[in-house]
Amino acid sequence: MSDDVAIVGIGIHRFGRTEGVSGQDQGVIAVRRALADAGVGWEDMQFAFGGSAAAGAADTMVSKLGLTGLQFINVANGCATGGSALFSAYSTIRSGLYDIGIAVGFDKHERGAFRVGGTNWYGASGLALTTQFFGMKINRYMEQYGISENTLAKVAAKASRNGAMNPMAWRSKPLSEEEILNSPMLSYPLTQYMFCSPAEGGVALVLCRADIAHRYSDKPIFLKAAAVKSRRFGSFEVLAPSLSIEYGVGPTVDASKAAFEMAGIGPEDVDLAQLQDTEAGAEVMHMAENGFCADGDQELMIQSGETEIGGRLPVNTDGGCIANGEPIGASGLRQVYENVLQLRGDAGNRQVPNNPKVAYTHVYGAPGISGVTILAR
Amino acid sequence: MKVPVSGSDGVLVLTEAGPRLLGARCTRCGNYVFPVQSGCPKCTGDQMETVELGTRGTLWAWTVQGFPPKAPPYIGETDPKKFRPYGVGYVELPGQVKVEARLTEADPAKLTAGMAMELVLDTLSTDAEGNEVVTFAFAPVAG
Repeated sequence: MSDDVAIVGIGIHRFGRTEGVSGQDQGVIAVRRALADAGVGWEDMQFAFGGSAAAGAADTMVSKLGLTGLQFINVANGCATGGSALFSAYSTIRSGLYDIGIAVGFDKHERGAFRVGGTNWYGASGLALTTQFFGMKINRYMEQYGISENTLAKVAAKASRNGAMNPMAWRSKPLSEEEILNSPMLSYPLTQYMFCSPAEGGVALVLCRADIAHRYSDKPIFLKAAAVKSRRFGSFEVLAPSLSIEYGVGPTVDASKAAFEMAGIGPEDVDLAQLQDTEAGAEVMHMAENGFCADGDQELMIQSGETEIGGRLPVNTDGGCIANGEPIGASGLRQVYENVLQLRGDAGNRQVPNNPKVAYTHVYGAPGISGVTILAR
Repeated sequence: MKVPVSGSDGVLVLTEAGPRLLGARCTRCGNYVFPVQSGCPKCTGDQMETVELGTRGTLWAWTVQGFPPKAPPYIGETDPKKFRPYGVGYVELPGQVKVEARLTEADPAKLTAGMAMELVLDTLSTDAEGNEVVTFAFAPVAG
């Protein structure tokens, strides 16, 4: 494994709803916290990559942080915006062009399901809803591989319990499986409390060359892999008016394989994972798509508690999207923030036991894009 | 009078024989896409011909839309008191493509992957001139 890039500073603005604070200001707060964590100033940043989907251009934050003349590139890549900012920062440092810089993501979305599309037939006909895709995909998967409704409820209940231990999470109340199953049916078989909601929040990460990391942190975390993949022919994607007759794997499978090859390790080496949980079924399916089990094995794994914080493979230890909500630009970086905390041993009462060494993140979203990172200490 | 929802060019036509979906077929590899588009996502070819797609197929995946979509873009009923859930699914047209559509059936107990479906019209709203604004949907084949 190469140790080329290190994360030496992390900052977050609480997820959820923060009245009176713009999305970009939540990003600025996250940047200042990440800089303080690394013990550096904004003037030490040689480059920045940043983005949001609904809260404006990231690069204008320099007017608040300081007009130092650094290279600041806006990133817009749907649900992989944060992952793409991180990939860009990683590549910039690996290329040798710069020594230290920052990746930042933030967002602030309106309430309710994401509003997609303009005035064309697709949206007008009531088909432009991301929630429908997730309902269809897990409905088919449950029938094919024997996943139960109770397993979906267990995933959402775990998210609410983990979120309740995370002071930066939106949802702070643990929900029972009964409450989750009895909440309104939004997109069969998925109920309201199985879904995440669009939200607000910001995350920033200071990255540098691995060989200078100890100047900034006594617990640097190394970015072993960062991969972003778009969809290939035959995959089953969100917001697709048609699918081909042939069936192929999705971008998650490709991003996961690329990341494991880059890191030179396999799924069996991973101690904890943050997996895209737009809803409870997505977490279940993404366990298999990322190589952590075979299709159908999730039923027993989840029923026996293997993905709980004390289990064999803890998943979404900070409550995931279900407890944090999904501010698109910040969501992928939140996962990395949580993994850095866990690998430093700083995750408090939700700390994964036995000194985890390798941690994995995965995002998936419209229009069929996935980003994966692998971190190690 | 029935009029297709705006933006239906290259998507839906109303013929005397009933509604028809328009797709594109790649003249190089034979792959079908819906709706009409200019390039082939399978072979990267750029020679596509517009074709009428089949009107019968089988249900491949489905869900039920349980809450009113936001307007815009939705032009159907958005009042939570009047909204009625509608089915959504992919219908596989044999040898062609899987098309995403509204389903006329919204009862999970009456929807099963593999069931036979046929193309119909579904009314979304009434326009200022009193026309029924329609889109396409699939209905279970009777019997």
